[in-house]
Amino acid sequence: MATLAAGKRRPLLRVHNLKTYFFPDEGTVRAVDGASFEVCAGQTLGIVGESGCGKSVTARSILRIVEHPGGIVEGEIRYLHRTDGREVELDLAQISADGPEMRQIRGGEIAMIFQEPMTSFSPVHPIGSQIVEAIRLHSPLGKREARERAADLLRQVGISRAEARLNEYAYQLSGGLRQRAMIAMALSAEPRVLIADEPTTALDVTTQAQILDLLRQLQTDLGMAIILITHNLGVVAEMCDTVVVMYLGRVVEEGSVDAIFHNPKHPYTRLLLQSIPSLYSEARVPLPTISGAIPHPYNRPEGCPFHDRCPQFIPGTCDRHVPELQALDEEKSDQLVSCFLYHEPTDERA
Amino acid sequence: MTVEGPNGHPLLEVKRLKKYFPIRKGFMRREVGAVRAVDDVSFHINRGETLSLVGESGCGKTTTARCILRAVDPTDGQILFRPTEDTVFDVAQSTRRELRRLRRDMQMIFQDPFSSLNPRFPLLEIVGEPLLVNGMRSGRERQERVEELLRLVGMRPEYMRRFPHAFSGGQRQRIGIARALALNPTLVVADEPVSALDVSVQAQILNLLLDLQQKLGLTYLFVAHDLSVVKHLSDRVAVMYVGRLVEMTDRERLFNSPRHPYTEALLSSVPEPDPRRRSQRIVLEGEVANPAAPPSGCYFHPRCRYAQDVCRTDTPVWEEVAEGHWVACHRAKELELAGVRDRLPMNTAAGNSTNPATNATLAAGSATDGDATDDSE
Ligand SMILES: Nc1ncnc2c1ncn2[C@@H]1O[C@H](COP(=O)(O)OP(=O)(O)OP(=O)(O)O)[C@@H](O)[C@H]1O
Ligand SMILES: Nc1ncnc2c1ncn2[C@@H]1O[C@H](COP(=O)(O)OP(=O)(O)OP(=O)(O)O)[C@@H](O)[C@H]1O
Ligand code: SF4
Ligand code: SF4
Ligand SMILES: [Mg+2]
Ligand SMILES: [Mg+2]
Repeated sequence: MATLAAGKRRPLLRVHNLKTYFFPDEGTVRAVDGASFEVCAGQTLGIVGESGCGKSVTARSILRIVEHPGGIVEGEIRYLHRTDGREVELDLAQISADGPEMRQIRGGEIAMIFQEPMTSFSPVHPIGSQIVEAIRLHSPLGKREARERAADLLRQVGISRAEARLNEYAYQLSGGLRQRAMIAMALSAEPRVLIADEPTTALDVTTQAQILDLLRQLQTDLGMAIILITHNLGVVAEMCDTVVVMYLGRVVEEGSVDAIFHNPKHPYTRLLLQSIPSLYSEARVPLPTISGAIPHPYNRPEGCPFHDRCPQFIPGTCDRHVPELQALDEEKSDQLVSCFLYHEPTDERA
Repeated sequence: MTVEGPNGHPLLEVKRLKKYFPIRKGFMRREVGAVRAVDDVSFHINRGETLSLVGESGCGKTTTARCILRAVDPTDGQILFRPTEDTVFDVAQSTRRELRRLRRDMQMIFQDPFSSLNPRFPLLEIVGEPLLVNGMRSGRERQERVEELLRLVGMRPEYMRRFPHAFSGGQRQRIGIARALALNPTLVVADEPVSALDVSVQAQILNLLLDLQQKLGLTYLFVAHDLSVVKHLSDRVAVMYVGRLVEMTDRERLFNSPRHPYTEALLSSVPEPDPRRRSQRIVLEGEVANPAAPPSGCYFHPRCRYAQDVCRTDTPVWEEVAEGHWVACHRAKELELAGVRDRLPMNTAAGNSTNPATNATLAAGSATDGDATDDSE
């Protein structure tokens, strides 16, 4: 992170104050409510948070595939688009979701591994023809070359008997193989940014270790930026350089992986880390807990979204004002936190 | 042979349990083979303790649990259950009448709090149903017991008239637990009770399970795939691989000095929530064996880094290699395996490791250092 601040590397993707809401008949769901983060080539950014906090919607917003009745209502998604050998900064939030640039970027420069493995492959076509199709969408290769490339990709992600596997259907593959095939398809256009949404959640730990190992190796080989979405703090600690912690659509804390795990500031981050049992912690003793449960999306608390569960709640402040994500201290700006324990209210509301 | 523990006989003794599911093909539904879901499994659970069953998806954990509760009929073997010191039942052979009596003593908590509760009934009826079925006719008595149970699991008794959809995942799991406890069981089988829950709620339920065990003297058979959760909750742990037990011992020995190569690999795969403990993984090659066509000899041999010729031909026996430490591996006595405290740092150059490299047999694997070195200062 310090390298980042020194301006050594320019972020490939910078999300600023992103807000994506859904408007079903019952009310408004503020699925993502002011998310900001950035990621550089060759680095892994982790997005963590519990179910419903807006991780997947953030990813879908970047790719501009948020489904009806939802949409981006505010914010920027600045991406360094590569075109004719030059890099041009585009705001993906502003360009047309179906325009030529977005079509080039989606699946080409920014690829995604989806949370639901079965929905990513069509059940009625062999996986090979789907990967071939993905390849040809972003390259001028002919059918035969594309097929050879597809087999190469399967080999690259560690699938044996690659040619034969091309003819198989997704349901014939084990969970681990299907996940590998999905990664192969995502890599088909040599993306610069790979968004992996819970890539190992449905897998056994042994298979998870294989897949994480593979992602790490591919990143070293290809220099991709990876956005890794997960609720598993172990996976984050193992894989990421920087981490974004989300709660109810908002980023509550952000920093280097070491800062988040060894010097967390936000009460939610702290409690979350304390409440998970570890292989090294004392067994069979009560774990620290967070009281209550995540509120229903229609029942968002006023003020700080965490205030009704926060042990450090400041009456009159936390329930009236919304904290903003701010640098912890001016000098070392690589840790950001959104909490009134660290800064004064800045909004107008009283 | 019957095991006798410090508190007399164990509550449950499972002996050479088998459950094969037939594979049928064609128009005549001819039996062409069998899935050996549980294949000659023996273990015991002492009164008041927690035994966890771990292993990869499809290895037979749920099927073992279902056999014990007689939700499925075992193919072979004995399941000796002693609700009191001097009564013993073989659940595998029990008649329906006997089973009805036994089911009061054995209860199950399910993984999915959303689908395990009937949405059309209020809590009073959901939690009170087992009471009614077992002859508690008086509505008033039932209501009192339900109130007591809801309090026990940390829920307000006033919620009794509400329906399951009004509750969060963690609350629904509490309701499921209250229902399981209605008839004062001695053995509670919990199949992945926290894996569907949010991290922050998981801790609440784990605390509740520990607390109830202490208050009520419950015995738990706990099925889970999250090894950190297993370590937190268990007294002893049994590791399953393709329908068979490969290792069983007390918690500390299993996590710190495992004797089976599969246990070693499993422990090494767990990602630890501490970036300063990033470590080398033993990345297992290949996939879990197919229980319908398992490999010869030791089922783990195609993936085992320590396999020798004998492993390909001979089935290792399930034996007690040290007091209370059971292993099925030809090389259990000679191998020096790594536990969670012996993890190798991922990159020695990073210099922030606290784990001494104690085991030279750990292969480097293909992992690379994820933390780019910072040279900007
Ligand atoms: N199509 C939709 N219509 C209405 N609300 C939606 C829609 N998609 C998502 N949401 C809501 O947006 C919020 C964020 O959802 P999102 O899928 O991003 O969560 P998540 O962090 O990915 O959770 P999980 O860990 O369960 O995958 C949730 O409250 C969800 O109910
Ligand atoms: N009713 C059934 N009919 C046929 N095969 C079955 C049946 N139930 C389970 N099996 C098979 O038996 C094996 C063991 O399944 P089981 O559900 O016990 O595994 P598990 O260890 O609980 O897995 P998971 O971690 O995925 O829950 C699997 O191969 C499964 O497909
Ligand atoms: S702003 Fe207040 S309620 Fe929110 S996390 Fe900080 S102290 Fe807790
Ligand atoms: S018996 Fe052989 S193959 Fe099986 S675990 Fe032991 S060493 Fe490995
Ligand atoms: Mg999601
Ligand atoms: Mg199961």
